[in-house]
Amino acid sequence: MKEFLEGSRAVAEAIRLCKPGVISAYPITPQTHIVEELAQMVADGELNAQFVNVESEHSAASVVLGAVATGVRAFTATSSQGLLYMAEVIFNIAGMRLPLVLTCANRAISAPINIWNDQQDSVSLRDAGWIQLYAENNQEVVDLHLIGYRLSEDKSIMLPVMVCMDGFILTHGMEPVDIPEQEKLDKFLPAYRPLYKLDPAEPLTMGLLADPDYYLETRFAIQETLKEALSFIPKISKEFYGVFGRDYKDCLIEEYFAKDAEKVIVAMGSVCGTIKEVVDELRKKGKKVGLLKIISYRPFPYAKVYEALKNVPLVAVLDKAVSLGAYAPLAIEIKATFFGKKKSPKVVSSFVAGLGGRDITLDSIKEIFRKLSQKEVNQEFIDLKPELLREEYGG
Amino acid sequence: MEDRALFKPGHTACAGCGQAIAAHLVIEAAGSNTIVVNNTGCLEVFSTRYPETAWGVPWIHSLFENAAAVASGVEAALIYLGKKDTTNVIAQAGDGGTADIGLQALSGMFERGHDVLYVCYTNEAYMNTGVQRSSLTPFAANTATTPTGIKSRGNITLQKPMPEIALAHGIPYVATCSAGFTPDLQRKVKKAISIKGPKYIQIHVPCPLGWRHEPGQTLEVAKLAVETGLYPLIEYENGVLVSRKTITPKPVEEYLKVQGRFRHLLDNPEAVKQIQEIAENNIKKYDLRSKEPKDN
Repeated sequence: MKEFLEGSRAVAEAIRLCKPGVISAYPITPQTHIVEELAQMVADGELNAQFVNVESEHSAASVVLGAVATGVRAFTATSSQGLLYMAEVIFNIAGMRLPLVLTCANRAISAPINIWNDQQDSVSLRDAGWIQLYAENNQEVVDLHLIGYRLSEDKSIMLPVMVCMDGFILTHGMEPVDIPEQEKLDKFLPAYRPLYKLDPAEPLTMGLLADPDYYLETRFAIQETLKEALSFIPKISKEFYGVFGRDYKDCLIEEYFAKDAEKVIVAMGSVCGTIKEVVDELRKKGKKVGLLKIISYRPFPYAKVYEALKNVPLVAVLDKAVSLGAYAPLAIEIKATFFGKKKSPKVVSSFVAGLGGRDITLDSIKEIFRKLSQKEVNQEFIDLKPELLREEYGG
Repeated sequence: MEDRALFKPGHTACAGCGQAIAAHLVIEAAGSNTIVVNNTGCLEVFSTRYPETAWGVPWIHSLFENAAAVASGVEAALIYLGKKDTTNVIAQAGDGGTADIGLQALSGMFERGHDVLYVCYTNEAYMNTGVQRSSLTPFAANTATTPTGIKSRGNITLQKPMPEIALAHGIPYVATCSAGFTPDLQRKVKKAISIKGPKYIQIHVPCPLGWRHEPGQTLEVAKLAVETGLYPLIEYENGVLVSRKTITPKPVEEYLKVQGRFRHLLDNPEAVKQIQEIAENNIKKYDLRSKEPKDN
């Protein structure tokens, strides 16, 4: 049964179903509603969990690290500066092969301080060894959390999962969402049975020093697991479909009228909903346009992306983050997908939009389709205000 | 007697390491039903170099500053599992990991009331990285980042009063110990783990490399710190001073002269006088002077 829920409430409902024993978080906009909802569930006795109110995001991540290491499923959520403050622990959790789900309510990075949405926070932590899944709408937000725990705790994975949802757009947006029944969830996600844990009955040392004779292999092992995850995620997605009836196909990418398209935009997150609307409108006018949505940014599904785009002549990559001083992050991946390959789009143009919460409107998307031509564009910022730039430089 | 060694020999600590001695005593006193969370630092490095470990208890190291927070998570998980009453949790770190980079996490752990014993092994500088000054480095000590020179007589600051900071959180147990007074150390650890809530124990552990004394002098140097009044052994329960080690104070020179880090002071009576004043203040504050007739 569908309920009309705020995105944050929907996350909290999903987490309640997953029954974490320890929740820890620190307030930051736009994440805060999620843990407020969870705190209320604990207060009302609807969720049996230890809720640890910490003094920083660094400690929030450390508390859940300690809890998972002790053999208990855990949850935390954050945004922006909070995620960056956690960064050290984020790398640590993956390095220690501890399963966890974290919600990142995507928000811009300071300075200037800005509480609105873009994806700079999670994208900046792409190299940490986490699986990163980006949601388009709040049903996906719910489902990716459920899939996230199932993935993370599987013996073949044992890596943390970050579910990325656009701040405000999704966290504070109201949508009809189907919250699954507990029985179905229990079938899909069994109780957490740790592969290793801190237990006086079987003493184990975790987090040792690995010198140059050993360190390299630990990184290689994570890299291999993430490669294997590219075939494991589709398996879990199929299981999910079997239990809940919602089909995310391979759950790595989603193709929307991409097969026969002459122009495709590649993007992640809620902007894909906007792009779909524009695609629908332009298709009605007979224009062969499409969307390639990236769900799994890490591991990055190069082979799937290759198959999806190899016959598309013109590709635009829309980034809601930048790698200052280099190509835009998602554009780098799409370009890398085709280097040295037999087939390739003629053009891979790169656009940056929506930073710091600047609205990406239907017109913004149409402009990208318009600008996507035989002439390749590199890192064009959409909806820039030239008058502000003139002010900035006193011109 | 434990049926298994909780801290095994063969680790790679330096000869005469006060922290290795103290860590062994702590875990022996705490017993096998203990989970240890360790900050980054000497102890972590010399006891858990993959593929070997010195630990016979479950032990975890995450980062430099987060042992108190990780231990909070371990404790929360144990409560969830219904195992907290039968399992001790110890978080441990050096002075830098405690009083500097880890202070925020520690304050949070205290304030939230987690049932964790936090042990700070203070060797009064960042020894693992090569003897840099921490906020527990004593006045006038020569370290790599407070070197002596034409314009410097070493560290110019007084030590951060960690036991008082711990006490100010209203936690039920705060004590100082020394590697040189082992029965006192083990009694306090046992006492601490018998009390529910956050506990803070700070152990003075000489570092032959950083303090520049002979490895064989570790216990002697540790004892001198206490006997001069520079490192008072005190114990608080619920904010009340319940025990202190009384002394017949020795002059601080006896402590200073055996350590290379203070050698530059020997021709500097003014600085020595200032350090003697620190000792006198401690003696007065904690009423350390023995009332018994002088026995030496």
